[in-house]
Amino acid sequence: MKANEIDQQTLLQNEKDPLTHTPVHLLSLEGVGKHYGNIIALSDVTMAVDNGRVTCVLGDNGAGKSTLIKIIAGLHQHDAGVMNIMGEERKFSSPRDALDAGIATVYQDLAVVPLMPIWRNFFLGSELTSGFGPFKSMDVEKMKEITLKELAEMGIDLRDVEQPIGQLSGGERQCVAIARAVYFGAKVLILDEPTAALGVKQSGVVLRYILQARDRGLGVIFITHNPHHAFPVGDRFLLLKRGKSIGYYDKKDITLDELTAQMAGGAELAELAHELEQLGGHGDVVKEVQGEVAEVAQTTGKTY
Amino acid sequence: MTMTQTKTKSPAPDERVAKRSPFQKLLGRPEVGALVGAIVLFIFFAAVSPTFTQPSALATILYGSSTIGIMAVGVSLLMIGGEFDLSTGVAVISSALTASMFSWYFSTNVWVGVLLALVVSLGIGYINGWILMKTKLPSFIVTLATFLMLTGLNLGLTRLIGGSVSSPSISNMDGFASARAVFASSVSIGGVDVKITVFIWIALVAVATWVLMRTRVGNWIFAVGGDENAARAVGVPVKATKIGLFMGVGFCGWILGMHNLFAFDTVQSGEGVGNEFLYIIAAVIGGCLLTGGYGSAIGGAIGAFIFGMANKGIVYAQWNPDWFKFFLGLMLLLATIVNLIVKRRAELK
Repeated sequence: MKANEIDQQTLLQNEKDPLTHTPVHLLSLEGVGKHYGNIIALSDVTMAVDNGRVTCVLGDNGAGKSTLIKIIAGLHQHDAGVMNIMGEERKFSSPRDALDAGIATVYQDLAVVPLMPIWRNFFLGSELTSGFGPFKSMDVEKMKEITLKELAEMGIDLRDVEQPIGQLSGGERQCVAIARAVYFGAKVLILDEPTAALGVKQSGVVLRYILQARDRGLGVIFITHNPHHAFPVGDRFLLLKRGKSIGYYDKKDITLDELTAQMAGGAELAELAHELEQLGGHGDVVKEVQGEVAEVAQTTGKTY
Repeated sequence: MTMTQTKTKSPAPDERVAKRSPFQKLLGRPEVGALVGAIVLFIFFAAVSPTFTQPSALATILYGSSTIGIMAVGVSLLMIGGEFDLSTGVAVISSALTASMFSWYFSTNVWVGVLLALVVSLGIGYINGWILMKTKLPSFIVTLATFLMLTGLNLGLTRLIGGSVSSPSISNMDGFASARAVFASSVSIGGVDVKITVFIWIALVAVATWVLMRTRVGNWIFAVGGDENAARAVGVPVKATKIGLFMGVGFCGWILGMHNLFAFDTVQSGEGVGNEFLYIIAAVIGGCLLTGGYGSAIGGAIGAFIFGMANKGIVYAQWNPDWFKFFLGLMLLLATIVNLIVKRRAELK
């Protein structure tokens, strides 16, 4: 089922799963929190992920994005609130648990083994085998064929799946990891800052694959600190700051400018301008920051 | 924007990448540097010394190669898996000593000692791997410690039990003849006696190559050596794979240890020191990266063959064997440089 066949606006309004048309979300968090000792890393986060929808989690460094992914991916356990998978309350004890529940995570740094051929990377950990007992061997031809086919469906045209994956560009490598997660039956795909280390063009490539994954009916969680990447592909936006949710919007309720302004934090900018003024000698910079403060104030309708 | 972008047609093949010919593909194999080196070395010695290409001389060279090559199989796989083992040289002797001392002391059939030696060899590998995975120390430190401890144990226990630096002769004990037939006999091919270790070596290389290229475990070995964290993230049993590799080295050590024991009937307890480097050298010359994730079992075999040719070739050419180490060092240096270039080419676009 293609996402573009679904009437996005009305369904998001009623907060129902667009594919099953039930009020149950593929994955939902309600008031989830986590603390490490006396440090509160995350508190009271509510969000939902549905089939064929992209939920973006935006926030600056230290906003609690990583903690949030780690909870969903099974690396950490939340100690407040509820996480529901298909309406059933769950708490994952290991990444394997999360994988078995259909939640695949693509990390930006540990996606693949660079020296290994693409097809070996694609099937790593879930190799296809044939034969019995000690004579069980990998079905190499079939694996190569599937790799080529799956990547082609994601729009990556490869000459040779035998080449080391390290020869692919950063964006393409992310895409292989995404295609792998899709092929191995992931229902929820978590992408941890997939565009952080990429150039403009490569980022565009990755964003396109996010949409491909969405159109194949996956629920995507897209973690980023770049509203310009999040806005075009996202259906919902969760904004985090200092471990707290500072906003959760449907796409229809927010514009890119508002999103950027929320992310930039008008109050912080005003404070920065003030500090720079006090230090003196930064005339140009102060003017620039003040200009930005005005701009932010204009879009959000607040004064700082 | 969102909908139009998803409908773009797949891009045309990258015009910046030229098609690779089969020859270029061959050049991309890990063992190709070693293969070229082996051919050059063979032609060189064949030209210098007429006896070098005689069947009997070749059989001798192959035998010399096999005693390094059997170990190089396990060591190559371990190195592809990202670790290396300094205890292999003395572990071979430990295995031989275990078999000989146990059956001598308890007057059992030597096969009992042989089986016990297998358990000990696999156990040494297991302990190496287990400590490594538990402590996350570099394998250099862990296996250096094992190397020193085994060296001491070999000498200490042999003197304690047998009262001498070498193990007592077991040639007249039950099962010696059959064990010798398995581990240290010769097979006559066209009038030339070829040692059985040569066939064991070839069989091990074939099995190791199959495992590496055609099984899940092979995939895991490349992965744990190439990027341990990435491997763990996709569900590869990193710990089991690495421990298994150390045990594989133990198994190879057992075979060589049994050959050493049954080719003669006693074992010198102080032997084996320094041999671990020969095995590592063979693997490195054969194209295994010291940093792991790249290499082949065949490469290790070619590395061992180069070693065997250089070792015996110098004798057949009637040169001073003092030069041997120089050649070995030079080969090692050249091989590592070739490997480095290969790796850079593989990692960069």
